[in-house]
Amino acid sequence: MSVHDDVQHWLSETALCSFEDLAELSGLAPTELALLVEAGVLQPVREGARLFASSCIVQVRRARRLRDDFELDAAGLAVAVNLLGRIQELERRLAELDAQRS
Amino acid sequence: MKYKDYYQILGVERDASAAQIKQAYRKLAHKYHPDVSKDPAGEERFKEIAEAYATLKDAEKRAEYDQLGRRAPGENFEPPPDWQQQFHQSASAFDDVDLADLLAAMAAARQGHGGRGGPLKRAGQDYEARTTVTLEQVYQGAEVDVTLAVPEYDASGLQHRVSRTFRVRVPKGLQDGQRLRLAGKGGQGIGGGRNGDLYIMMNIQPHPQYRISGRDLYSDLPLAPWEAVLGATVPVPTPGGTVELTVPPATTAARRFRLARRGLPDANGEHGDLYAVVRIEVPKTIGDGERELYRQLAAQSRFDPRRPH
Repeated sequence: MSVHDDVQHWLSETALCSFEDLAELSGLAPTELALLVEAGVLQPVREGARLFASSCIVQVRRARRLRDDFELDAAGLAVAVNLLGRIQELERRLAELDAQRS
Repeated sequence: MKYKDYYQILGVERDASAAQIKQAYRKLAHKYHPDVSKDPAGEERFKEIAEAYATLKDAEKRAEYDQLGRRAPGENFEPPPDWQQQFHQSASAFDDVDLADLLAAMAAARQGHGGRGGPLKRAGQDYEARTTVTLEQVYQGAEVDVTLAVPEYDASGLQHRVSRTFRVRVPKGLQDGQRLRLAGKGGQGIGGGRNGDLYIMMNIQPHPQYRISGRDLYSDLPLAPWEAVLGATVPVPTPGGTVELTVPPATTAARRFRLARRGLPDANGEHGDLYAVVRIEVPKTIGDGERELYRQLAAQSRFDPRRPH
């Protein structure tokens, strides 16, 4: 057993990655990714930019899993990723409110 | 090597058709897929389901698997002689080999011999792991060791599960569920393909004292009835150390006191706030002297909590 000390990337709202990074790390085809961007499910840091928050890597990898495990097409994938994102946001809000309740 | 009953995992008969296997998989995927299901055991369960389906949906893999016959799940077995031959290994070399890894390796070998000119170039597999950190570690920043069993190839192309430890720097301002990517620390690429990555998801352990809401913390501030009425100076624990809080007279239950910048730091080191939420506690048992004082109070007080005031 050895201890590895490597380059570590925290996926966050502040660290950035490119469209190409997202394609490579997710295994989604650029056309599939472009559809997620067009649908507004995947948002670049600025309208029209090719840069994304690195936390998007989590989203696109999830999209890839959903595509493969449920055999979704690109349009179905956009809907699924969008809804899951909203559920995640609602759960986050709910957890915050729970914490505030005594 | 440990036997796994893929038919049982999918809940199908051993002579099930490809369509029946697919249907069974779909139903289970909707129930257990970790991205869709809220079942806490879903992730482990879906791994098994996906592994079973990956083997049974592929006619060649299924035929190889069927060679093993029917055994009890978890039973140790020796791989058939032609498997041993393929990897030029004796039976004991397979002891710590995972059945799914082996079937995948044999499928890859078949594709390699497919005559499409040269070995296939394929990226290594990504690995997912999760670990927990304490609220104190998030507050102060810390280093933690994460140990996991990952498959590694030996010289003959067999994958063995080996234990590896990664030292991870937990940044101040870590968010619950945030992921760390260790580039190239997943499975080895094949034929010049890039190595996979390792993703580690970090969750913050629930804390007995503090509840987390974004960067803010909430904690209960228990007061005695007379402290609430008369006011008091009470100690309040915070992650950065205990502070004294002056509670004014006539403090009601559920009132919040904001302790500025006593919460968790964000990525820029800016701290959220800590809210101490008042809870008025009543003694469960009291002595005769106390009871007498409460009676005097009851007789003298004109306070009626049921009347608007």
